[in-house]
Amino acid sequence: MDKTWNNKAWFMVLPVLLLVAFSAVIPLMTVVNYSVQDTFGNNQFFWAGTEWYEEILHSDRFHAALGRNLVFSFIILAIEVPLGIVIALNMPRRGWGVPVCLVLMALPLLIPWNVVGTIWQVFGRNDIGLLGHTLESLGIKYNYVQNPLHAWFTVIIMDVWHWTSLVVLLCYAGLVSIPDAFYQAAKIDGASRWAVFRYIQLPKMNRVLLIAVLLRFMDSFMIYTEPFVVTGGGPGNSTTFLSIDLVKIAIGQFDLGPAAAMSIIYFLIILLLSWIFYTVMTNYDAER
Amino acid sequence: MSVQNETLARTSGRPAAEQRQIDKALARRMRRRGDESKFWWLVPTLYIIFLLLPIYWLVNMSFKTNQEILTTFTLWPQNPTLHNYAVIFTDPSWYRGYINSIIYVVMNMVISVLVALPAAYAFSRYRFLGDKHLFFWLLTNRMAPPAVFALPFFQLYSAFGLIDTHIAVALAHCLFNVPLAVWILEGFMSGVPKEIDETAYIDGYSFPRFFVKIFVPLIASGIGVAAFFCFMFSWVELLIARTLTTTDAKPIAATMTRTVSASGMDWGLLAAAGVLTLIPGAIVIYFVRNYIAKGFALGRV
Repeated sequence: MDKTWNNKAWFMVLPVLLLVAFSAVIPLMTVVNYSVQDTFGNNQFFWAGTEWYEEILHSDRFHAALGRNLVFSFIILAIEVPLGIVIALNMPRRGWGVPVCLVLMALPLLIPWNVVGTIWQVFGRNDIGLLGHTLESLGIKYNYVQNPLHAWFTVIIMDVWHWTSLVVLLCYAGLVSIPDAFYQAAKIDGASRWAVFRYIQLPKMNRVLLIAVLLRFMDSFMIYTEPFVVTGGGPGNSTTFLSIDLVKIAIGQFDLGPAAAMSIIYFLIILLLSWIFYTVMTNYDAER
Repeated sequence: MSVQNETLARTSGRPAAEQRQIDKALARRMRRRGDESKFWWLVPTLYIIFLLLPIYWLVNMSFKTNQEILTTFTLWPQNPTLHNYAVIFTDPSWYRGYINSIIYVVMNMVISVLVALPAAYAFSRYRFLGDKHLFFWLLTNRMAPPAVFALPFFQLYSAFGLIDTHIAVALAHCLFNVPLAVWILEGFMSGVPKEIDETAYIDGYSFPRFFVKIFVPLIASGIGVAAFFCFMFSWVELLIARTLTTTDAKPIAATMTRTVSASGMDWGLLAAAGVLTLIPGAIVIYFVRNYIAKGFALGRV
């Protein structure tokens, strides 16, 4: 659509601008402030320059949390994306099955995040949970509170449970937009199932899939509530992801400087990812 | 599409026998499309079972007494009880959590949608100085990790004396909900042809009258979807809501973290509280089922 150039449109955007400035710019400026200052209490602050940034960038703790978070995000993507595609391909296209599938599959997406944590915390316990109890009776000593491997397993299967549906729904939205004529042409050419997937369905899902990957990466990169409820970041620090670590430093220890510097670094990473996301979105819009 | 092809073929005057054969082949093809094997339903069914099992377990537990949960392992309640729900609905410290959550969520939803409507219209209809940067900047707020904002929010709202009020949480959640609403509404508004606006202006409508009388009804479903997603994201968020509240505006999700009593964890009560938080989502989900993908992808599918 060709848009007219009109700078008066700024007045329509103004309310949003003011509101988001209040809830985003002011807090962010506070963070920037703290990240370059040091305090000895009594609200007295001293210029500290880039000291905190250097400290954070060289701290093993930050590297470990970042590393864990990246590993977590990649495992999540490696499971959720292929699984989501397979499920979307096998979903019914018409009939009563469509609303049933859509509604049931979307259910986990709408559960408060801490309840998701609670559900899996209970489900995985070996005394009262179905999963833990079943594994126990199969002879596996399953204990996500003490065994880091089991904690990781629980957190990952919880995220797969929580968010795979998002990938499914996005892929499904891409699939239903393929006209029947494409399939008929493939049939006439005698194309195999794989060829139909590779040359018709996958190209059509391309952009939706890219959106799904970016959204999943972004959201798993700032995951906080669900693992916090289930494992509290433990055992030890084994499931302490970036957000959990940040909250520990900022609110637990009240170390404003390092927490603020870490926030800014964290935010810059997110900013870069958002920019990729935005470019993908706008390119897609342009072609539409 | 195939129906069109069919009628096209029919009107092109082929011999009847050949026509029948084409019809038959088409019908066969339509039956087989997408579901090549007999067991296509297996994958969705298994997946849905996987999704529902943990939820079933929570519901199952909510109808048990704490003693049954801890002493016997049963797949369904042996002595179903409504005791846990009765506790929640009679104890103010429990049900007030729900009321608090609903108050700030609805406040946030109303603010977000009202503010986002004109902005989304501006983005979908006009080009103006810095529009693309502004649109991108909004997106970065949707993507911002709440953990980064928890502490500065606490200090900001303390400075205004707004800690432990509903409006503080409602405003704080605008951080990610206003951008979300703008993006979703922009997606819907771009689908409305511009000619409608121009015709209305020629017919002598003023902008506010046109917007309320003609444009808003046209994008009613979009407003519904945007409102639903604002509701949802504010409902599921806990970190910021918990940081900004202590008692008077404490959300149900935060109330749930204190089910530890002298006799240990009250699992039945915790499960019942959890089940009640699923209900708002479960109620509205049917109405937005076709837009869920669109909403989660910020109106871009």
